[in-house]
Formats: sequence, structure tokens, C-alpha cells
Amino acid sequence: MPEPTTRDPSGSPALGRRAVLAGGVGLLVLALPVRALARPSLQQAVAGFTGGAPVTAGRVKLTLPPLVENGNAVGVTIDVESPMTAQSHVRRIGLFNEKNPQADIAVFRLGLRSGRARVATRIRLATSQTVIAVAELSDGTYWSSEASVIVTLAACIEDLT
Amino acid sequence: MTKALVSVPKTAKRGDIIDIRAMIAHPMETGYRMGPNGNEIPRHIITRFVCTYDGEAVFSAEFFPAVSANPFVSFSLIASTSGTVGFEWTDDQGQSETASAEIVVT
Repeated sequence: MPEPTTRDPSGSPALGRRAVLAGGVGLLVLALPVRALARPSLQQAVAGFTGGAPVTAGRVKLTLPPLVENGNAVGVTIDVESPMTAQSHVRRIGLFNEKNPQADIAVFRLGLRSGRARVATRIRLATSQTVIAVAELSDGTYWSSEASVIVTLAACIEDLT
Repeated sequence: MTKALVSVPKTAKRGDIIDIRAMIAHPMETGYRMGPNGNEIPRHIITRFVCTYDGEAVFSAEFFPAVSANPFVSFSLIASTSGTVGFEWTDDQGQSETASAEIVVT
């Protein structure tokens, strides 16, 4: 009677697969810090936009779907509470992300003829992360809103056809 | 050319806030992707979008690689005078594309 073995012959390819997987993960871990160093943090990106001025949460509404199936096209709407008059209007709106290879997404310039401070666009998200919208008002104050998004299919890794 | 698609109401009452939508066919290649031969595909993105109304720039945007392919943007304007709403997109190779629409304000 043969000795009961804990691993049948089909176990060895599985081990091989594991080794390959581990190697792949190792490579990824090695590659990540290079990318991470190449981009500024979310805070640095926002500071670059505001010139270091303080940013207060509020007055901005950033609308993003909480769960995104395709990171290649994520609909974003930014609403800013502003009467859009000569005394008080929105000058710029900046949109930044936390974990894409580059922190900037877009900067919009509005004016008195905009009537309403609402902008919508479609963006790419490389992974689940935080997105922040910062609005510069005519009085020089900065207001922000952030949203967390879960991305199931990331942008930047799709197959080329 | 039909690369650009814009939506501007044909008529509006003076003082109304109108919604403008603009989209253009463009790959918005990020420069972070590898081609089939392992070489990086060079960046090719639209960096700037400007909307003019009655000859005056009323809305503009700077785009980065995180804007989706075929960039879409929607915003609003106050209908003030009958005239042309013009759109211009410029990419990082210096090429630009324009579109325009007429609006009648009563």
C-alpha cells in the first residue's frame, strides 16, 4: 500500500505558479516606489494650485460614482455654491487625484459669464483612491470637496487592440 | 471636420443660463502605456480647451493625461447676445481643432 502523500504530482506545477506569482509581485513592489517618487502627493498638488493658501472643506460638491467599473471613463460633476456675481464668483476649479501616475486631472477657468459654477467631465482613475476638487473664489479663498472611489477595472492597463 | 461635437441651444431668452457640452475625438494617449513591442507609447494629449462667446473667452480648461480619451466637458453660460459660440482644442503637438455654433438670443 503506497504511503499517503500530502502532495500529488499535480501539486508541483501549482508551486511553480506560486513562485512566478511571487516573483511578479516582487517586481511590482520594486517598480512602485519609482512611480511614487515621480509624482507629488495629493497635498503637494493642491498646494501647487493654491500657492500655499489654506483650503477649507465645503461650498464645493464633487459628484463621482462611489463604485466605478471602468476607470477609463469616470463621470465627474463639480458644483460650487456661488452666486457668480462680480462681487463673488468662482475663478478656477482644480481637480486632483491621489494615486494616478500624475496628480493633476484638469483645471477649469470660469468667469462672470458662466452664470453657474458647474462643470462636468470624464476622467481616468488608475486605482481606487480619493479625488479632490478645489475651487478658487474671487475673494481669493479656496474651498474643496473630496470623494473616495472604488475602481474595479483600472485605467492604464487595458490591452492594446 | 467632424472630429468635434458641440451642443449649444439654438435659441435662448436673454439672461438665461444655458448648458454647453463639447466633446472631441482624441486618443489622449497618457504616455504611461507600453506598446506591443514593449516601448512606451509617447504622450499625445489635448492640453487646452477654450470656449469663446461673442469673441470673448468665457471658459477654458487645462487637461492632463487623467482626462479620458475623447475629452468631454460640460459647463454653462449666460445667454447675453446673439452670436457665435466658438470652441478650440489644442494638443501638445501644437495641432488645434475648432468648432462653432450659432445662438439666437431673444
